[in-house]
Amino acid sequence: MALPLLLGQLLALMGLGDAFYLEVRELEEKCFIQEIPDGTVVIGNYKTELYDPAMEKYQPSPQWINLFVFVKDPENKNLLARQYGPQGSFTFTSQSPGEHQICLHLESIRFALFYDGKLAIHLDMQLGERSNDYAEFAAKDKLTQLHLRVQQLVEQVELIQKEQEYQRWREERFRQTSESTNQRVLWWSILQTFILVATGVWQMQHLKSFFKAKKLV
Amino acid sequence: MGPAGARPGSPPSPPLLLLLLLLLLLRAARPRGAELTFELPDSAKQCFHEDVERGAKFSLDYQVITGGHYDVDCYVEDPLGKTIYRETKKQYDSFTHRAEVKGVYQFCFSNEFSTFSHKTVYFDFQVGDEPPILPDMGNRVTALTQMESACVTIHEALKTVIDSQTHYRLREAQDRARAEELNSRVSYWSVGETVALFLVSFSQVLLLKSFFTEKRPAPRVAHS
Repeated sequence: MALPLLLGQLLALMGLGDAFYLEVRELEEKCFIQEIPDGTVVIGNYKTELYDPAMEKYQPSPQWINLFVFVKDPENKNLLARQYGPQGSFTFTSQSPGEHQICLHLESIRFALFYDGKLAIHLDMQLGERSNDYAEFAAKDKLTQLHLRVQQLVEQVELIQKEQEYQRWREERFRQTSESTNQRVLWWSILQTFILVATGVWQMQHLKSFFKAKKLV
Repeated sequence: MGPAGARPGSPPSPPLLLLLLLLLLLRAARPRGAELTFELPDSAKQCFHEDVERGAKFSLDYQVITGGHYDVDCYVEDPLGKTIYRETKKQYDSFTHRAEVKGVYQFCFSNEFSTFSHKTVYFDFQVGDEPPILPDMGNRVTALTQMESACVTIHEALKTVIDSQTHYRLREAQDRARAEELNSRVSYWSVGETVALFLVSFSQVLLLKSFFTEKRPAPRVAHS
């Protein structure tokens, strides 16, 4: 039961062998934004490497280099604040729809980094679960190629559907913001005109009484 | 969930092998690359690297979502250091290239021309063609059945739909950011204007009063 999961992780890491990476220094924070609907599982597979100037290439990081992951949801609540090893994956589930901020930084927890400490993070973020059911389906029901193709299409359609629902929610929020602006402009204009007239009247009354007191009028 | 009868230590049974094979291939069935949205602070540059095989085609789409005049500089360098793409102050663009040299390609986004606006940039970097979902689907000897070619057509169409959904989402994020900014600006401006209004009217009255209180010794006796 744990074996397919373990295999899955292993294969994910193998697949990251020559993946996309970004260069960082130690303690330098890199933030990414993911706009996702609620209830989405985000899995971030990563691998870190340390630059070895002697060999002039990147080598896998030693165990004392840890990745710190901080995830904030749209309401600025901390969804994830954890420390991970030099390679592996982090995962979180979004509770509310909107822009989630994922910040990463590397820190060496034991030894100081020499050679200016140039590091590389290989990152692969996957939104939503996908491959898990496939393999089980195929193995269990001995699916044909056609069935697998159709399964792939079904998954795509589900993805589209989820995005559409999210789009509806976002449009509603946009519309609320626009209507709020509209209301605000309207009421503030009325209020300011009223204040203008009121202060004008007050000014005249006050000055009239002042001049009367001064016996100038 | 695992196949029944598999004992630890024994060689993996055929169903497990099939599972393994499918896991491997379906995991790799997504085209390689990265689709990320990141923050680019002012006067900063952010570079990303990807290892590309010779002859593979890669494409880079990017779009600025928030910040300043919604523009960013972008350049792509091949492993030999040659710049194969360079654009300045672009809001969005798409660039495809067939790699002639195998190695690590670097693409960078620069906000160095801006002193105080930090930007949010979205990019989508895809390498290579999408591999088939099973290995022997790629090099078929027989033609596809009608059902299978229908599936392929639908798959391509759905990919287009997903792509346009992404673009729509980015545009909407941009517009919504502007609308929210407008909303808060209206609030601050209104409050500020009301305060200014009160201040001005009070100071007008005070100033006028001060004109008439200074001239105490010689009141204007225009009437007798």
